[in-house]
Amino acid sequence: MSRRLPWGAMARMTGRRALAAVPVLLAVTFAVFAVAAASPFDPVKAYAGTAGLTASQENLDQLRANLGVDRPLVARWWEWLTAALHGDLGDSSVMRRPVADVITERIGWSALLAGTAFLVAILLGTALGVLAGRRRGGLLDRTVSSVAYTLEAAPAFWLGLLAIWFFALKLGALPAGGLTDTASDTVTFDQVAAHLVLPALVLGVSQLPWFFLYVRQGVGDALDEDSVRGARARGLRERTVLLGHALRSGMLPMLTLVGSRVPELITGALLVETVFSWPGIAAATVQAATSVDFPLLAALTVLATAAVLLGNLLSDLLYGLADPRVGFDG
Amino acid sequence: MADRVTPAPPATRASRTTRAPRRLGAGRQARRVRLWTSALIVGAVVLTVLLVPPLVQLDEQAVDLSRKLLPPSWDHPFGTDDVGRDLLFRCVYGLRVSLLVGLVAALVATLIGTAVGAAAASLGGWTDRVVMRIVDAFASVPHLLLGIFIVAMFRPGVWPVIVSVALTHWLSTARIVRSEVLSLRSRPYIDAAVSGGASRWRVTVRHLLPAVLPQAGLAAVLMVPHAMWHESALSFLGLGLPSHQASLGNLVQSARSSLLAGDWWPTLFPGLLLIVPTLALAGLAGVWRDRLNPRRRSELML
Repeated sequence: MSRRLPWGAMARMTGRRALAAVPVLLAVTFAVFAVAAASPFDPVKAYAGTAGLTASQENLDQLRANLGVDRPLVARWWEWLTAALHGDLGDSSVMRRPVADVITERIGWSALLAGTAFLVAILLGTALGVLAGRRRGGLLDRTVSSVAYTLEAAPAFWLGLLAIWFFALKLGALPAGGLTDTASDTVTFDQVAAHLVLPALVLGVSQLPWFFLYVRQGVGDALDEDSVRGARARGLRERTVLLGHALRSGMLPMLTLVGSRVPELITGALLVETVFSWPGIAAATVQAATSVDFPLLAALTVLATAAVLLGNLLSDLLYGLADPRVGFDG
Repeated sequence: MADRVTPAPPATRASRTTRAPRRLGAGRQARRVRLWTSALIVGAVVLTVLLVPPLVQLDEQAVDLSRKLLPPSWDHPFGTDDVGRDLLFRCVYGLRVSLLVGLVAALVATLIGTAVGAAAASLGGWTDRVVMRIVDAFASVPHLLLGIFIVAMFRPGVWPVIVSVALTHWLSTARIVRSEVLSLRSRPYIDAAVSGGASRWRVTVRHLLPAVLPQAGLAAVLMVPHAMWHESALSFLGLGLPSHQASLGNLVQSARSSLLAGDWWPTLFPGLLLIVPTLALAGLAGVWRDRLNPRRRSELML
């Protein structure tokens, strides 16, 4: 891109969005505490476990005071919030460690998986979208579109299980789950790469239909536009017309998708990481939920919300960059 | 489908006239085929789910260990599961549960969404702004995560699942209804009603809501598969329905151990039964949408 990037406008938009994110995050954290307060879940019983059945009322009350759950909702929320701003997110009961440690240890693996999957979805979706959009109604278009609609409706966990069955059990080509082989306890590049293939492919393929359908629609529509007709009239090569003209204008709607698919990516990661026992934060979320680990669950919910807001910002920035008519006023 | 809205310029008319009539006819035919297949599948699924359990006097829970994990055959078209239960039956019952949960959740979500959206749009002003900010805040938590959170805090069961799906799905309906109401509010017949002395409540209930119902209904139909999908994901994660009310998600979850032993059918069929009704419902909804706004035809479904 030869044009100079509008850093100032982009920075102003980022700043505005950061300010707007503060009330949203406050509301989400408060809602998390409110739901927990309204639920029948009792942190004291969860903490005491089976010992709580035989403990005296005195001990339970003492425990209640120690955990600070006898105080009103707003006070607890505020205390959690101030502690969180200092990096203390409480202790996870299921992992038996501070929540902050759990997150820092696992977020890298999740980012690796999600990033690879997103790359697969974007590259494969764009390539297939261009090929299908070139001849709409053709054999390739009809086949890939039907597959895309089917994939759109297929749950990610089901795809993951079938992939495990086919690639790991039938072919024996790829490992079925985890980060490394069970025998080894050091993390090497080869092993991680081999274990990454299946989950990243499944997560990518489950995100693929949207990218494919958007690019296909965009390229198909752009092929009818005057700019493409002009390019054809000038005798440009079909490849140049397709990639330089049709794809460039047809990619616009897809760019917003890159950021706004983050919620679905998180949803997919929740399922795929669980199926493949990938040691990321999404799998930790599911574990936290099944064992009602409130501190971990609360922190991860807020983290996911922040990721979604960041994704929205990213998609608006990309769209503003790609289409100067849109600008950075959002 | 820009070519149908904008007239073709003269330069390509020659190529277009030879192609266009056939393509248009083929398109209409394809749409009709899609409509009828979708309607047929939806009808078949609904009938099966409604009629098979009361009519067929067989126990879906009957355990027969001598016939465990039989591959698909004429006796058991879907095979049997790890304790010898017929999978076709289990799937029909599972689909029944999933469909029921999906329908109820979609209905609740549509009611909430329509009420909130209509209220925000017809009250306007800062109420509208506050409500839409709340909707935005809700929308920035990933749906499944919010659902997981709610179900984890309230014990897994039918109602928590329905509540969590409904609470996460009303947002889109609220947005659709609000924007429809906002665009309807400037119509002459609303002005006529207002100058005739109708109260805000009467205008909303008698004039605005009936006009947005088709759109809300469309959103509701599209929401049923979403809600089913959601329910099965929660059930799969072990946060959904109890196993005696096995839904499709529970079936996939309980099939995991036999899948690792190499038996694929207990996993494959429940998933297929989730996909086929979803596609059929989406096909029906697509035809409905074409009817509602034929100009804004898009091939992006779901």
